[in-house]
Amino acid sequence: MAEKGIGARVPRKEDLRFITGRGRYTDDINQPGQAYAVFVRSPHAHARIKRIDKAPALALPGVLAVLDGQDVAADGLGNLICGWLVKSKDGSPMKMGKHPLLAQEKVRYVGDRVAVVVAETLAQAKDAAEALVVEYEELPAVVDLAGAHEGPLVHDEIPNNLCYDWELGDKAAVDAAFARAHHVTRTELVNNRLVPNAMEPRAAIGHYDPGQDAFTLYLTSQNPHVHRLVISAFVGIAPEHKLRVVAPDVGGGFGSKIFIYGEECVVLWASKKIGGRPVKWTAERSESFLTDAHGRDHVSRAELALDKDGNFLALRVNTKANLGGYMSTFSSCIPTYLYATLLAGQYKTPAIYCDVQAYYTNTAPVDAYRGAGRPEASFLLETLIDQAAMEMRMDPAEIRRKNFIPKTAFPYQTPVALVYDTGDYEACLDEALRLVDYAGFPARRAQSEKNGKLRGIGISCYIEACGIAPSAVVGSLGAGVGLWESAKVRFTHTGKVQVLTGTHTHGQGHETTFSQLVAEKLGVPYEDVEVIHGDTEKTPVGMGTYGSRSLAVGGEALVRACDKIIAKGKKIAAHLLEASEADIEFRDGKFTVAGTDKSKTIGEIVFAAYVPHNYPAGLEPGMEESAFFDPPNFTFPSGTYVCEVEVDPQTGEVDVVKFVAVDDFGNVINPMIVEGQVHGGLVQGIGQALLEGVRYDAGGQLLTGSYMDYCMPRADDVPSFEVHTVRGTACTSNSMGVKGCGEAGAIGAPAAVINAITNAIGVRVEMPATPERVWRAIQSRPMAKAAE
Amino acid sequence: MYAFNYHRPASLAEAARLLASNPEAKLLAGGQTYIPTLKQRLARPSDVIDIGGLAELKGITEEAGGVTIGAAVRHAEVAGSALVRRLIPALASLAEGIGDPQVRNRGTLGGSIANNDPAADYPAAVVGLGATVRTSKGRAIAGDAFFTGMFETALEPDEIVTAVHFPKPEKAAYAKFPNPASRYAIVGVFLAKTASGIRVAVTGAAPCVFRATALEQALAASWSAASIDSVTIDPSNLNSDIHAQADYRAHLVKVMAKRALAAAG
Ligand SMILES: Cc1cc2nc3c(=O)[nH]c(=O)nc-3n(C[C@H](O)[C@H](O)[C@H](O)COP(=O)(O)OP(=O)(O)OC[C@H]3O[C@@H](n4cnc5c(N)ncnc54)[C@H](O)[C@@H]3O)c2cc1C
Repeated sequence: MAEKGIGARVPRKEDLRFITGRGRYTDDINQPGQAYAVFVRSPHAHARIKRIDKAPALALPGVLAVLDGQDVAADGLGNLICGWLVKSKDGSPMKMGKHPLLAQEKVRYVGDRVAVVVAETLAQAKDAAEALVVEYEELPAVVDLAGAHEGPLVHDEIPNNLCYDWELGDKAAVDAAFARAHHVTRTELVNNRLVPNAMEPRAAIGHYDPGQDAFTLYLTSQNPHVHRLVISAFVGIAPEHKLRVVAPDVGGGFGSKIFIYGEECVVLWASKKIGGRPVKWTAERSESFLTDAHGRDHVSRAELALDKDGNFLALRVNTKANLGGYMSTFSSCIPTYLYATLLAGQYKTPAIYCDVQAYYTNTAPVDAYRGAGRPEASFLLETLIDQAAMEMRMDPAEIRRKNFIPKTAFPYQTPVALVYDTGDYEACLDEALRLVDYAGFPARRAQSEKNGKLRGIGISCYIEACGIAPSAVVGSLGAGVGLWESAKVRFTHTGKVQVLTGTHTHGQGHETTFSQLVAEKLGVPYEDVEVIHGDTEKTPVGMGTYGSRSLAVGGEALVRACDKIIAKGKKIAAHLLEASEADIEFRDGKFTVAGTDKSKTIGEIVFAAYVPHNYPAGLEPGMEESAFFDPPNFTFPSGTYVCEVEVDPQTGEVDVVKFVAVDDFGNVINPMIVEGQVHGGLVQGIGQALLEGVRYDAGGQLLTGSYMDYCMPRADDVPSFEVHTVRGTACTSNSMGVKGCGEAGAIGAPAAVINAITNAIGVRVEMPATPERVWRAIQSRPMAKAAE
Repeated sequence: MYAFNYHRPASLAEAARLLASNPEAKLLAGGQTYIPTLKQRLARPSDVIDIGGLAELKGITEEAGGVTIGAAVRHAEVAGSALVRRLIPALASLAEGIGDPQVRNRGTLGGSIANNDPAADYPAAVVGLGATVRTSKGRAIAGDAFFTGMFETALEPDEIVTAVHFPKPEKAAYAKFPNPASRYAIVGVFLAKTASGIRVAVTGAAPCVFRATALEQALAASWSAASIDSVTIDPSNLNSDIHAQADYRAHLVKVMAKRALAAAG
């Protein structure tokens, strides 16, 4: 291992600028002549737009344009799309309600875009936005899943608000298994709706240059090429070759910046409407709460059939998923292909059936949020298993162990479409139980009891499918795009390396990880590698960063581009060293004639490639190679999380006193970055379990619209984590053997926390398990009743 | 934010004059409540009078055995004051539990009580300690009379809080169950044994801080947790919202009262 190569805990390069305030985010960019956009948003959850009077707004000083849905229609702009076609049980395609850039006829959630005002200054734009007259006819709203089927229609043409009714698995086999089950565990549960809360709010600057007849869009995006594709091919503002999309430093995304929103399209279009001045929009935090695509929001019924020894026979799940007022870019696949396919978990359950009804409601659109579908699956399965263990009086660790897919059974075909390549679930479980001192728990519980506290322990064995994804597979399941990734490696004359990647880093630390990878592969100093990303004009076409795919897919493209560099280097070395190409070996940055001390450094070879005075005949000069990589399969990180809580029975407060995370991420490039990713994911998972939850009132007003009411986890809400990555089972879908780690924490943590609370108080509490809910659950216990 | 005229008067008299001469003028102290209000365009003052730096509103002094705290004194200063810690440690610890460090380093005593947020902490101390609020009009308003309703006080529109005098109690403590998001009080109970008897002030639970007289009487009879247990808190006048229903708040009043009792000794 090089000092800063694969496996080294190299501090993150990017942190110097981030922690000294020198990051360059979209809102930091200011261009000459820049104008400002403010969106007029619907104050109603559901209403018909009767009339818009622009005159009072246009009359105000500094106003350059006021545009509404009619202008969008008049210019023939396309609607926003959902890029993944899901089909219902009967084979019919999902019913996609129209999602215009600015509302036409109806508004469908509080915060829906009604109009945009562009003015010389932000204050003028705000004044004009306030002066705009919009008359609404309020309509009854449907806000939650319980009322969705019978409720008022969000899209008049979509009956029962049902987007699709989808299924996966062998229903007959599942029914048969239930018929002969010794025991059936049943539950109903909610997966609470979350606001993504990236530290940097969404922002965009659209700029049309009449001289070039070309557009530039700066924005907060996790995937600038996907933005370019959708805005050109579907929205139709600019042809793809005339649109440059730049995602500079981006302060967190968690999924919410994958999607193509109306705002960025509108500022781009508006720039042309006002004659080519840049138009900037930056969301205020209240706008982020109202309009960033939310996450989760499922209501499920789940049943697990077991034999008398606690072996899982079958799993049956029905889930209702809330899509919000419109479909978002990937919202259809989250509660289907990223959810039900994970219901096998780490277990050899032979038969699984899941059906999912996805409904429109008058709430913000719901789409991928860290984990996206997989946290919902993991939470359902892992709490259900705990309940089964409790009902069958089995140890929660042992019931899991008994049902694990054995490590000898890989590759393993699950009954829900996926083929797991590798895994060793017992290894993680054993390590986690050892680290948490599982055997010592009863003594710790007794000690807590002496202090008037109820102590509980909870296990969660998660799996996730990452490294999204094999194009052929996702294509067959309805994805509208391929999900390969690209990389380019360019040497300069002086032997420095520019790495261009189609992925995007917005907190993950790619600049460091990819530099380590290249330093190791090419034997160049880590400091000599520069990673460039986020600009469609510079980087090769790529699909971006989400689904823990950047290293497993993008990193592998990078490895392959390095391999091409080495292959070319060997030809040059053979020529210079007067040897046969087959005899050239490359190691640690040196091309050597096998068995001799004759060698050339990679720097010398690169120099020869750029100054080809003495050079192989017919070989192209230069040293720059690209590669595209489409993986053969997803990757399957897994692990065991164990949480210990202390509950104060007086108030219902839950204190997370211990949290052990043991993950199998395959091979690891930078353990420090991986641990950081796990820490962040765990905090979000604990946040979902204990603190976070979107609440709308019955009329569709967002009650949790600021940090005064929406509780984000703070440092003192979480314990000092014990995070361990085991010497993992290497992934077989990429040459590095890596699996991806970005989402694991958020996937595995909620069940561990909730199981611990259930273990402490004897009743399962819905997320977020707020003190009030826990207190009420304690009051509802048979013991508490008896005592009264 | 709408445009307004910004003033930084050099004296209390000038501030009072500016305020009196313009019905649309508003005071600004720490800005922790008022700046967000302005940013969200929820207020449209013609003039904003910044009194946060006025020397006459600063300072923590010992007076008649108790402490007098200037209206512009920040929460962090109260929390860190050796004088307050010595004379009324309960007050220092209350201040230390307000919001977060940023809020404590900007927010002021005067701003807090003038605003009278139903979930604010200071009103519990002002009522619980039987404090006196002093104003620019020379009035000394008893704590019990100062908080008149939700976001309402006995202040006249052109009146400025200048200081609050807190008498030293025999013993006192404050226990708060914070809203996990904002850290304001879902329920806060200030309990004190004072020269004028036992006082139990409850904040967060209802639209305005109030004295829990049933608890006061029970504790006067016997200063014990059992006394608190014997009281029933009527939830019918308490708040219900997404953070806590009234019955849970009623329960928390007793739990917090017991915690305060244990802390007061
Ligand atoms: C995130 C957050 C968390 C918070 N958490 C808590 C908490 O846990 N507990 C708590 O008690 N508080 C909390 N607060 C409130 C904060 O502590 C301040 O007390 C409060 O915001 C008001 O004080 P200020 O000095 O900031 O007043 P400002 O915001 O400047 O003014 C508030 C109002 O009082 C008026 N005013 C100010 N000074 C005077 C005066 N001397 N005389 C007359 N009128 C005056 C102003 O005109 C204005 O109407 C929190 C605030 C925030 C933003």
